[in-house]
Amino acid sequence: MPLDPSYLEYPHRSYGMDHDRYDWSMLVDRKPVAWPGGKRLALWVNVSLQYFPLNQQGKPFAPVGGMTTAYPDLRHYTLREYGNRVGIFRCLKAFDKYGVKPTFAVCGRVAERYPYLLNRLVERGDEIIAHGWHMDAPHYGGMDEGDEAMLMERTLDTLRAKTGQPVEGWLSPSKSQSARTPDLLVEHDVKYMCDWINDDMPYNFRTSAGDIVAMPLSTELEDRFIMQANLHSESEYADQVQDAFDYLYAEAAEQGGRMLALSIHPWMLGQPHRIGKLEQVLEYITGHDGVWTASAGEICAAWQSAQ
Amino acid sequence: MKEDPGLYDYWPYENRPKITWPNGARVAFWVAPNIEFYELDPAVNPHRKAWPRPVPDVNGYATRDYGNRVGHMRMMRTLDKYGVRGSISLSTALCDHHPEIIELCKERNWEFFSHGIYNTRYTYGMSEAQERAMIEDAIETIRKHTGQQCAGYLAPALTHSDITMDLFAEAGGIYTCDLFHDDQPTPVHVRSGKKFISVPYSLEMNDTIVYVVNKIEPRRYGEMIKANFDRLYAEGADNGVVMCVPLHGYQVSHPHRLKAFEEALEYITGHSDVWVTTGREIAEYYIENCYDEAVADIAAKGAA
Repeated sequence: MPLDPSYLEYPHRSYGMDHDRYDWSMLVDRKPVAWPGGKRLALWVNVSLQYFPLNQQGKPFAPVGGMTTAYPDLRHYTLREYGNRVGIFRCLKAFDKYGVKPTFAVCGRVAERYPYLLNRLVERGDEIIAHGWHMDAPHYGGMDEGDEAMLMERTLDTLRAKTGQPVEGWLSPSKSQSARTPDLLVEHDVKYMCDWINDDMPYNFRTSAGDIVAMPLSTELEDRFIMQANLHSESEYADQVQDAFDYLYAEAAEQGGRMLALSIHPWMLGQPHRIGKLEQVLEYITGHDGVWTASAGEICAAWQSAQ
Repeated sequence: MKEDPGLYDYWPYENRPKITWPNGARVAFWVAPNIEFYELDPAVNPHRKAWPRPVPDVNGYATRDYGNRVGHMRMMRTLDKYGVRGSISLSTALCDHHPEIIELCKERNWEFFSHGIYNTRYTYGMSEAQERAMIEDAIETIRKHTGQQCAGYLAPALTHSDITMDLFAEAGGIYTCDLFHDDQPTPVHVRSGKKFISVPYSLEMNDTIVYVVNKIEPRRYGEMIKANFDRLYAEGADNGVVMCVPLHGYQVSHPHRLKAFEEALEYITGHSDVWVTTGREIAEYYIENCYDEAVADIAAKGAA
């Protein structure tokens, strides 16, 4: 039996994207962006502080970085907890040593479970963005709209109450969204989201409640992607980040400000044999005069004011 | 289902008739950028899911979209720098969605060949009439937007039927990139008896296979390309060979990957006996100068 005739029909085959969320444009054709102080490259270090429940449901898909063995997967549960207990403090030292301003993407459950850690971050004054309720509570296509709104509210309410910050940034668990997620984010006063990895610069994204800024947080250059998913070595991680920096730094000289989005996980990079590589890349990057180390919200605001 | 696709005969690499490329080149080198469009919410094919996660699969979709928004221009400028014209494996709907990219490639006299309509529309389950309609649509789209007669085929998302080559040859095509059995072009059997060949395209050198399937480090990819070239360049002194590097703007053009690729490209194009060319030019040259002799030799070796 042949396929249904509709399989050879292409209702969105026309100029631009096959949806109306954002305009089609090539990075090279956009107005050059000038960062504050005439800097060439904005360094955005996103540190994800995640909670992976032991009783993972994995619906409709297992979270990235989640449990993999039969219950109880003490191995992965504790390896992830290592990041919140130990790894994060090594990361903080590294940031302070090199004068790097991090942004923390925090799960609602981390804020609830570990007040010491949250207060520590709040006292530092660094920006905190929302990273969903926990890693096994994804936002996904087909989920009930009311359920999603409740999940988002619980996350944002918890983080806003416990940090005293407006919490205007959002990173979904596993970077997964439903068709409604961007609309709901704007309805809940979120100004930018980091899930769409289709660009190297921020861009404008339409929702039913007004625009939101898409701040692409590179997956391909993430510590977890390089060392856990691809099984590349620690040295390779450092090489790849440095190569990325060199490329973007040179491109910025010709095309206007660029952004280097480093997504790191204390449970991965905070291990004793890896932390030196974080220090190595931060030393390398901050050794360049044209680098602006800033929080995600500052980069987002600077990009908006340059439009 | 068949035990053997029946597309080519066994033909040992040693003692073949000598291929001499133009100007005595040892290696015909071509680069095949895949310029693709993946749909956010494609029609459902019962034989293959388009996305691993429920629609919208933001991760899968955005990963590919990066290639058109960011990656294409970086890759094109890198190829420009070393005088390489791309042979584009094209999701032909991209002519409608992103005509700016098509124009840039036309200005550079790049080749356009068919990679289906979208990379989220698969051949699986199509009737002969449906597959023919898809192939003809793609060929007509390329003609309308670029003025080129489509010569080559790489099936969308590498999804084929038993008669894909037959249909493409009947629609006027002369070469396929879907077969990975050789480092030289080879004749391919099609039911019409037309002269139709395979031009080596290489999955081993394909950046998506390298980065997504084999999870290779960027600098090692550069080393692999150079090693592949070195061996083919040496062997090409005796009998001309083909080397292809298939690319995707959403893989090789990430900022941490381009430098290693560029070094490999600089290395290859720095050699004197390299014919930097396109898929179509290789196919046309082979059919004109090598095809008949190859068919006779294959028959002789098979009979012995």
